[in-house]
Amino acid sequence: MIRKPLRPLALVLEARAAGRNPGDIERENIRARHEQARDASRTRAESRLLVLIFAFISLFALVAVRMGALAISDPVEHQTSYSGPSIIAQRGNIVDRQGRILATNLDTYSLYATPQSMIEPELAAEGLAAIFPELDEQELLKLFTGKRKFLWVKKKLSPEQKQAVHDLGEPGLKFGPREVRLYPNGSLASHVLGGASFGREDVAAAEVVGVAGIEKEFDSFLRNPANGGQDLALTLDLSIQSAVEEVLRGGMTLMNAKGAAGILLDANTGEIVSLVSLPDFDPNDRPAPPTKGNPADSPLFNRAVQGVYELGSTFKIFAAAQALEMGLVTPDTMVDIRGPLTWGKFRIKDFKDYGAELSVHDIIRKSSNIGSARLALQIGAEKQQEFLKSLGFFEQTSVEMVEAKGGKPKYPADWTELSTITISYGHGLSVTPMHLAAGYATLVNGGFKVTPTLVKQDFYERGPRIVSPETSRQTREMLRSVVKDGTATFGNVPGYAVAGKTGTADKAIETGGGYYEDRVISTFASAFPAYDPQYVLVVTLDEPELSTGIEPKRTAGWTAVPIAAEIITRVAPLLGLRPEIEPVTQAGVTTSSN
Amino acid sequence: MKIIVYAAIFMMVIAQGFWAYTENYETQKSLKTAKQLQTEIAAARTQMGVLNAEWAYLNRPDRLRDLVDMNFDRLRLLPLRPEQFGQVAEVPRNGVLADDFIERVTVSVLEVEE
Repeated sequence: MIRKPLRPLALVLEARAAGRNPGDIERENIRARHEQARDASRTRAESRLLVLIFAFISLFALVAVRMGALAISDPVEHQTSYSGPSIIAQRGNIVDRQGRILATNLDTYSLYATPQSMIEPELAAEGLAAIFPELDEQELLKLFTGKRKFLWVKKKLSPEQKQAVHDLGEPGLKFGPREVRLYPNGSLASHVLGGASFGREDVAAAEVVGVAGIEKEFDSFLRNPANGGQDLALTLDLSIQSAVEEVLRGGMTLMNAKGAAGILLDANTGEIVSLVSLPDFDPNDRPAPPTKGNPADSPLFNRAVQGVYELGSTFKIFAAAQALEMGLVTPDTMVDIRGPLTWGKFRIKDFKDYGAELSVHDIIRKSSNIGSARLALQIGAEKQQEFLKSLGFFEQTSVEMVEAKGGKPKYPADWTELSTITISYGHGLSVTPMHLAAGYATLVNGGFKVTPTLVKQDFYERGPRIVSPETSRQTREMLRSVVKDGTATFGNVPGYAVAGKTGTADKAIETGGGYYEDRVISTFASAFPAYDPQYVLVVTLDEPELSTGIEPKRTAGWTAVPIAAEIITRVAPLLGLRPEIEPVTQAGVTTSSN
Repeated sequence: MKIIVYAAIFMMVIAQGFWAYTENYETQKSLKTAKQLQTEIAAARTQMGVLNAEWAYLNRPDRLRDLVDMNFDRLRLLPLRPEQFGQVAEVPRNGVLADDFIERVTVSVLEVEE
């Protein structure tokens, strides 16, 4: 830039010649220069302002546009990363101990109708009645031509049925996706599984909720999406359950019993390998609960964990074991069994006269009521209660089924001497067969308390010690002798050294007031193999009657025992137990087992 | 000198912008693939559920038992019995059974049956 001089010589000379002050020229030039500079800076400031205005307007416009875009767009979950496997909202499967499916889900459809969008209600009604024989054409037509705007036609459709309905081509018939619970094995283990039905229902989906059994007990676990559809593994074994059920069903028919229950329990861990209650039902089509009659006669009733019965002589072993544990007797101690034993107005007799005295061992072997009563009297009411309580006979079992809470034992509020006597041989105290199985497992496994469970775990905690290993061993020997040459000789299974105790108890009249003459509950509680019990099996028959002989036989030795023996023959090989030659009993040598 | 630095920074900004742009689209593509895979997995899972259910249904003990009964002539299948447990000695060595084997097994079976 060419700078203009503040005092140009030409003008200074001119001013001097004219006699003017040359300083004025300089001032004038400075002023002009200042003005120029001011103008320049003003222009610059103005342009900066313009830029700023533009910048702010653009930024605000951007914000406004973004806000507008957000306001008019549909909300979308912002996904910046892949979140691993998606949440599986399906109800978890129930599987057996080997992972075989007991309950699973199946995608299917429900059928509903919107009558106002129907074109030909008559044809639709006719078509539906042809596809579903249980639907009535006239009734459907009445519904389709009535005032209703929405109605369910079928809750579950099979794929074939869906296609058939689809082929009707009626726009007023619509399908809603449904997930249904499927029990592929039908009635097998029905009491354990229980069943499921729909909870809250909508056109698009319906919630599946457990209504009974393990489905209800573990409903929140199975439904919890956080579990990612994780399987619930049970301790049941499908093939063993099936074998037990088959044998028990056959036996029940043969013995003309109206019901039966079978429990196979791991004697050490308390795992329930099989739990059967007959009659049973199909959980895919669970019958409605009975509204009249005795609920215990309904197929829904679980005799194994819900039914409380006086289980008779099977209880004698508890009296004997306690007497041994307390050191009151040894298996060889002779006990006076002269009868009848009179207590107040009650007279206690044995099944037949066994003579003047029997050893404790023989009291169990021959099942002497008087002998057990004498043992119980030695023990005393208080100690007896304590012992039975420690075995869990005073409260419901903790089996993981809602029904188990209904199996509350019945025991006398006032535990008199007479109660002590009758309870020693299994009358006056009602428990479920599950209680009995757990009690037997505790006695034979070396003396550790067993808590029956249906849920497979990696590790089972050993319960507290109830009886000493020595008492447990003596108990096993006594129980073994019952099968060898006592009341349960039909229970002998070669190679498996079955030990057990029979029990035949008259049924109490439901309305109260005494016992039936000709109705019994016959039970066989057993453990095998006797020298190192792995499993406990309890078989209970409700009102069995074997009418092959001259007079009908109802005792457990004739009814429950052969069935139990057949079950053991069938399932022991399946359980992987190899038949073994029984070791000779070594008197006085203490053997321990875990 | 300054101009070179400015030019370098400018180029870097452009390059980073380009990188961010491609990265964005790559991510979106991956997310899309993941979503698609998930849909496929869900479909496969449903199918697997149906197949598992069908397998369990076809293998239900009742049906197998009926099939065994129906085909007894050909298969001759019977429930597993305790007698069917063998011993190591029963396995023929070089196709020949040990001499004293048959006697021993017979004795042990007799003992078991007592």
